[in-house]
Amino acid sequence: MSKKVGITGNEAIAQAMRIANPDVCGAYPITPATDIMQRFTSFVANCEVKTEMILTESEHSAMSACIGSSVAGGRVATASAAQGIALMWEMLFIASGLRLPIVMGVANRALSAPLNIHGDHSDGMGMRDCGWIHFYSENAQEGFDNMLMAFRIAEHMDIRLPVMVGLDGFITSHSIETMEYVDDETGRAFVGEFKAVNPLLDIKNPKSYGPLILTDMYMEYRKAHDNVMAKVPGVVLEVAAEFEKISGRKYGLFESYRLDDAEIALVVMSSAAGTTKDVIDTYRAKGVKVGLLKPRLYRPFPYEQMGEALKHCKAVAVLDRADCFGGSYGPLFADVSNALYHYAQRPIMINKIYGLGGRDYMPDQAEYTINELIQIAKDGKVKSIKEYIGVRE
Amino acid sequence: MKTWKEVNPGAVILEPGSARKFKTGSWRAMRPKWIEENCIHCLLCWVYCPDMSVKVKDGKREQFDYDFCKGCGLCALECPGKKGQKAIVMEQEGN
Repeated sequence: MSKKVGITGNEAIAQAMRIANPDVCGAYPITPATDIMQRFTSFVANCEVKTEMILTESEHSAMSACIGSSVAGGRVATASAAQGIALMWEMLFIASGLRLPIVMGVANRALSAPLNIHGDHSDGMGMRDCGWIHFYSENAQEGFDNMLMAFRIAEHMDIRLPVMVGLDGFITSHSIETMEYVDDETGRAFVGEFKAVNPLLDIKNPKSYGPLILTDMYMEYRKAHDNVMAKVPGVVLEVAAEFEKISGRKYGLFESYRLDDAEIALVVMSSAAGTTKDVIDTYRAKGVKVGLLKPRLYRPFPYEQMGEALKHCKAVAVLDRADCFGGSYGPLFADVSNALYHYAQRPIMINKIYGLGGRDYMPDQAEYTINELIQIAKDGKVKSIKEYIGVRE
Repeated sequence: MKTWKEVNPGAVILEPGSARKFKTGSWRAMRPKWIEENCIHCLLCWVYCPDMSVKVKDGKREQFDYDFCKGCGLCALECPGKKGQKAIVMEQEGN
């Protein structure tokens, strides 16, 4: 039987890892993800899992240990955040390029400098083009569910790619929320047995990983990777449909909230989506046709499906909890704009940068954005495409 | 040449010993020369060769296999020779 519990987002991620029972975890602690591996190592110490725990001297080594264990032929998981992900960056490409189904829980956190340990999507955005599959979770429940599904998606025979499951550092990772587990037996049956592909430990069939691929073949491997990425959304939906059968919880590539008949919409990821939904309800009660789109699968980005879901709106605001310092817009804004660009009739787009370094995202910020969208839908006038909100001027 | 649809996922090489097909001797700038009369067949060159460029038959060393020798010079460095005379010396390639 599944049961309702009050737990933190980090515990939810750790419990999903316990159910998946990885063969190896290579890890190095970093706030706010430390707690994930701290809880998981207690499962290891108490023999609740059969995992070989490798405590490394850095995140670069942690991901390297994960890569080595994965090519050896085991189920592998880890967790990290912020500077840790920045330090593993080199190895992230190697994990995806070698097509290794490593699963990583991430408590999304701001990048230094200035040094900050709080919730922010800069770390996830820094690894967005590393060839991994990315999920972002609104709360502990989604973190747990996404983490369980991540093993199925990563290890799917048509995919074999690493998966990152993010939730907001501290806001979700350390807050206690009510959520519902999938019981161990059902969860284990859902995740299934790990099936190795070309394991190095199959010593009767020697093989080599990581060869030099030069001008004559490199593009073929990149095209093959791109082709696998294109298959991911289908597999994500297939796994979600199966997950719904055991949990009753339905997941898509993204969540649409009161979006079908919406004239204006907000696009926002992770924990801030919850606050935004409450504010939308208030505006809906006043007769304002406003909706929300919350990305779940961030890489590969479901451009086509998201474009279809938003194209009917008159104005759309994309809220980014990270900025790109390219003199341009937030990363999510750029992606959503790409999803809508090729439509002859498309919404007017604005970009709000909010909540950096864990700055609270308050209902008045959502109200401010919705009021601006109402005005844009009416007169088509945009005062500025990109604006920081919740910042002292 | 393989198309993108035919390449092995993750660039894994499933054929053991396939490096034999990729001759790396052309990278060489310096060439080791074996001087047979100074050779005591200690086989230190065979031990130290990072590739498999020192050929040995019945416990005696034979001529270099230049298909894979990159001219690193480890064999020449380690060679004890005979009475102070090296059995392997490095020469400029192409001379």
